[in-house]
Amino acid sequence: MKFIRWFLGFLVIASTVYFIFAHLNVSAGEKLMLYLLICFLLSLYRILRGPTPADRSVATDIIGIMVVGFCAILAFYTHKDWYMDIAIAWALQSFIGTLALAKFLEGRHFDE
Amino acid sequence: MNDIIALFFIIVGISFDLFGCIGLIRLPDVYNRLQASTKCVTLGTCGILFGVFIKFGLSAAGIKALLCMIFIWLTAPVSAHALARGAHKSGLKLWEKSVCDKYEEDKQVARGK
Repeated sequence: MKFIRWFLGFLVIASTVYFIFAHLNVSAGEKLMLYLLICFLLSLYRILRGPTPADRSVATDIIGIMVVGFCAILAFYTHKDWYMDIAIAWALQSFIGTLALAKFLEGRHFDE
Repeated sequence: MNDIIALFFIIVGISFDLFGCIGLIRLPDVYNRLQASTKCVTLGTCGILFGVFIKFGLSAAGIKALLCMIFIWLTAPVSAHALARGAHKSGLKLWEKSVCDKYEEDKQVARGK
């Protein structure tokens, strides 16, 4: 039963990756962005179904790091410099937000 | 040629991101998920930013990408460590098949003294 679930999950993810790679009429940059969107969907599943608040905090941290990579890919394919400004600002904000969430998990308040 | 090397780094980074997110939904415990996903996603995003740095060279966007890469490399382990410490202090149990818990042993030793 465990092996069947593992195999079904592997089949879904591998077929999605192959479908985006081979059967979709979009440019290469849009294909890379679609792969990152799959990562965002997996993290959103963990945010929705995580049994404890710590799981949701971990998934939020992961999404905050991945948005930086998304902005970098946008800068790579559109040749606009200001996407990297957004990336730096987002990295700072997500670091501070994650530290606040960790303090909140410890049971302390935000102003300590 | 620059474009091909940059695209290689970006594809490696995106595959690391994908593996990290699969680990995030696959593993059974908060600590396992943190251990799998944070390392993979940090390395993947740094790979993407390094590819952008190779593409743009020593211009404004390239220097910003390098700066962002160094910043993420320094801060992502700190935030992951803070999250693990907060989860352990909030009383979250480990997975039942976990082998050892050194932090709990250290806290008991400190309480004994």
